[in-house]
Amino acid sequence: MKYIEPHAHMVSRVTDDYQRMALAGCEAICEPAFWAGFDRSSPAGFHDYFCQLTEHEPKRAAKFGIAHFCWLCINPKESEDVNLAGDVIALIPQFLDRPNVLGIGEIGLNKNSRNEVKVLEMHVDLAARFDQLILVHTPHLEDKLKGTRLILDVLKSDRRIKPERVIVDHVEEHTVKAVLDRGHWAGMTLYPETKCTPARAIDILENFGNEQLWMNSACDWGVSDPLAVPKTALEMKRRGHRAAAIEQLIFRNPKKFLSQSPNFKLPAA
Amino acid sequence: MTRAIDNAERREYTASGIMTREQVLDLDFLDARGKLIEIAAFLDRVERAKGQDDFRVKAFRQAARELNGSKKRRAEKVLLAFSDPTTTPIPAATTKAACGAWPGRPN
Ligand SMILES: [Zn+2]
Repeated sequence: MKYIEPHAHMVSRVTDDYQRMALAGCEAICEPAFWAGFDRSSPAGFHDYFCQLTEHEPKRAAKFGIAHFCWLCINPKESEDVNLAGDVIALIPQFLDRPNVLGIGEIGLNKNSRNEVKVLEMHVDLAARFDQLILVHTPHLEDKLKGTRLILDVLKSDRRIKPERVIVDHVEEHTVKAVLDRGHWAGMTLYPETKCTPARAIDILENFGNEQLWMNSACDWGVSDPLAVPKTALEMKRRGHRAAAIEQLIFRNPKKFLSQSPNFKLPAA
Repeated sequence: MTRAIDNAERREYTASGIMTREQVLDLDFLDARGKLIEIAAFLDRVERAKGQDDFRVKAFRQAARELNGSKKRRAEKVLLAFSDPTTTPIPAATTKAACGAWPGRPN
């Protein structure tokens, strides 16, 4: 069963995970820039991280026949320091020509603070100026509803942003409709405790259609499962979904969205 | 092309599906039954412990009320019961973490 993992933090995963994902049918992995679990102390730390995402990680993936792509940004958890964020954002354009870069992400909000909103607007401006796709992280738990609303307002207020070139990730039952109604794509993240379980992700699919949805594991340094997407595909099968519908959700949908970037090319079949 | 998915498309996909009520029960009843007992035991454990309810358990009790009756979209309503309902950004983030329920003020 071939699939695309559209959101995974492979810098935090062991090489065995690449092997397991390849065995499960993974053709491509997309890795958004994120928080390392600790705050980086300088723009140089981000420079090295962007080199890791654009030079080193694609080589690790290639050893297992998996294409590796990435998104660049300073993540919302490190956005309270607007000066640091400005310095990091200034580094990004020099990386945008690298062959595995898909766009700006995962940007968004974490605690929904004024500075986080300011840095989100700076990222949206960067994406607009360089005609980049956007991948949005929505906040956790009690902060998700408010954060999603604030993010949708920022995206709408920048008239250069085309809604269909933005994926808003980590949607749940209380946020998915607002995202789809604005014409954006919506991502469902499959986590063991927070975000979506496989059963709930399939409920959302059955309630909201499969047109502009994708699923991801968002596996990182926390408790998470790099095989969450193929496991959910199996759950879809158990629930009577047709093979074509499963393939649309786990392969053709991410391919359709990501192909809006000229850099997204799958290995030749 | 910029457009939202319309309701007709949503209905078409949903209608194409998927399981009968009996099939849903066959597949998920035991799992859901087990989770419900876990929730009951959790509330017993909270009440057996010394101390006061805080905003988390208050939100939990409110969310649990959404399970009753014949209301639809229960998952959405449970999530809303735990959510920050305000709409303006907080002055500054003083933590990176979320705790799962809204304390009624920025945490
Ligand atoms: Zn992520």
